[in-house]
Amino acid sequence: MDAPAVAVKGVSKAFTVPHDRQHTLKERAMRPFARATGERFEALKDISFEVEPGEFFGVVGRNGSGKSTLLKCLAGIYPVDAGEIYVRGRVSTFIELGVGFNPEMAARDNVIMNGILLGLSPREARERFESVIEFAELEEFVDLKLKNYSSGMHVRLAFSVMIQVDADVLLIDEILAVGDAAFQQKCFDIFFALRDQGKTLIFVTHDMAAVENFCHRALLLERGETVMIGEPSQGVADRYLQLNFAGVASAGAGSVERAGDGAARVTEAWMEDERGERQGSFPQGRPCTFRASVHFEQAVEDPSFAVAFVNAQHQNVFVASSATQHERTGRFEAGESASFSVTFDNALAPGRYLLSTLIAHPGAGNAIVDRWEGIVSIVVTGARPAGGTVDLAHDLRVERAGATALDSAERRRGLR
Amino acid sequence: MGRPIKGPSALGSDPRRLLQLTVVLAVMDFKLRFFGSVLGYVWQLMRPLMLFGVLYIVFTQFVKIGEGVPFYPAVLLTGVVLYQFFSEATSRSLASVVDREGLIRKIEFPRLAVPLAAMLTAYFNLILNLVAVLIFVFATGVKPRWEWFALPVFLILLGLLAAGVCMLLAALYVRFRDLKPIWEVLLQVGFYGSPILYPLEIIPSETAQRLIPMFNPLATILVQFRHSLIDPSAINSWDAVGGARYLVVPIGISAALVVLGVWVFQRRAPDLAEEL
Repeated sequence: MDAPAVAVKGVSKAFTVPHDRQHTLKERAMRPFARATGERFEALKDISFEVEPGEFFGVVGRNGSGKSTLLKCLAGIYPVDAGEIYVRGRVSTFIELGVGFNPEMAARDNVIMNGILLGLSPREARERFESVIEFAELEEFVDLKLKNYSSGMHVRLAFSVMIQVDADVLLIDEILAVGDAAFQQKCFDIFFALRDQGKTLIFVTHDMAAVENFCHRALLLERGETVMIGEPSQGVADRYLQLNFAGVASAGAGSVERAGDGAARVTEAWMEDERGERQGSFPQGRPCTFRASVHFEQAVEDPSFAVAFVNAQHQNVFVASSATQHERTGRFEAGESASFSVTFDNALAPGRYLLSTLIAHPGAGNAIVDRWEGIVSIVVTGARPAGGTVDLAHDLRVERAGATALDSAERRRGLR
Repeated sequence: MGRPIKGPSALGSDPRRLLQLTVVLAVMDFKLRFFGSVLGYVWQLMRPLMLFGVLYIVFTQFVKIGEGVPFYPAVLLTGVVLYQFFSEATSRSLASVVDREGLIRKIEFPRLAVPLAAMLTAYFNLILNLVAVLIFVFATGVKPRWEWFALPVFLILLGLLAAGVCMLLAALYVRFRDLKPIWEVLLQVGFYGSPILYPLEIIPSETAQRLIPMFNPLATILVQFRHSLIDPSAINSWDAVGGARYLVVPIGISAALVVLGVWVFQRRAPDLAEEL
């Protein structure tokens, strides 16, 4: 096995968060012996990992988990307090696209400047200028000032520099992957291209779906500590979701999430993938199943069972209810248990969903037996976010009038 | 095992990269100012020229200091241009680290490039302005002499002195934001404390005549410029301090400032990204 491209050994990093910062000489002079007081905030605690050459390594964690600090330590922007970091080959850091871009300067100057800042020598930067412009398809606009560029051109230029810097190890912050769907797609295309070139890449994000799509392995951080390192699909994703929802559950503990007369209670609810395994994240376009176990405390006649999928915008995206079925559910005796399941092809748009269950008495009043909001939380993953709330199976055709029909039919399904 | 990542430093691991970055940052800055407006160079030149014009009128017409000083206008203009370089270089460097926050927080590079580039930009301006000064000096009837070839040495000394102060200010300003007004006042003091408006020999106290060029390295350089560039009959720097051996003092002060500047900046460099 090759020597690792990046080796991190026992790295710790703490910041002093000042209570009262002395920002002027005057303040300093008034209290010459006052030590800067502050709380030590340990952003990273004894982090160790190795990244093989050609590996895509994800660093995931919630906000404040220390992932960006880790990236900055790797990049050499922050000094570490303890531990060692070793890197083989040229490193380029992309915490932001186009660092040092100046809107007043022409693309030519900006590209050369950016290249040099990212580690090229001036000669290399000049030599690669042509290929940067070519890749960005901006040949006609070389001498245009950057302020006159559209945002799309701006991004193309910055990405192009990033590719042409030709670093062996790329450190990429998630900031790159925000923006509209088209921009994200562009990022992802470039990540795949880099992966094909055999680059080593460390990608910091809180988006588990992105990690699952690109990364060979991932490190999960929580409060500056390593929770686990492993393949994204094997455990890391689940663990990450648990962490996320632990936070959600505790945050929402005070609010009324559960209501009803208690004649029956949902004892457990979960989502399964097509193999029948419980999961927290579901690829778009595959079948999946919601399941709930219900225990009846009292006898209930013809209860209805429903589950609602609520997206991050608090929209009820999908509701499945037994009340809309023609068959009656019948009488459930006290002490009886039942299960309730909904199987569907996952047409939900990528994102996070909270599931709510509802058991109600029949009739117009729909008196609530048990309502539990946010009982399950899932993430729907998909590489092609189109922008809609749902992503239905469809055929897409473009036909030219007159000439032979140009059939660019596209099955939305099964493309993953 | 690969290369260890040690965090940011002032000098970086490769001195060539520091140099390249400094030059590139300075050139880009310079370009921005010159090509930003059509009359970029003219505006650049206007500042010392306007100041010179005002001072010239005041000190030849109202207060007659300039009377009897050979080539007073040339001496005044040279002094103004040299001092403005020092003032511009230090003020720009002072804020440079804060101004370049975006770079410092987002990429790793030898941090010293930031204040040095700010200083270098001012240096480029100085060289351009000196072309104008040279034309002016010719026009006022000064004959070119071999001694002019020694002038670059003094320009380099001036650059070193400025660089030392620049590094020191840039490193301290991140922590002490009131350094800016303080420094502006000190620059004013320096302007009157250097023989720019007045020739050295006009000072009544003989001790002061010697102490100013001894403890103010800027004054030493100004005196030498007047002697070498304009008026060979004017006192040279070693006579002004009372003997060549006393030149150790201003040279020592300049060297100490450079060392102190590098040392302080070096110490502060690793934490700049966190403190901004």
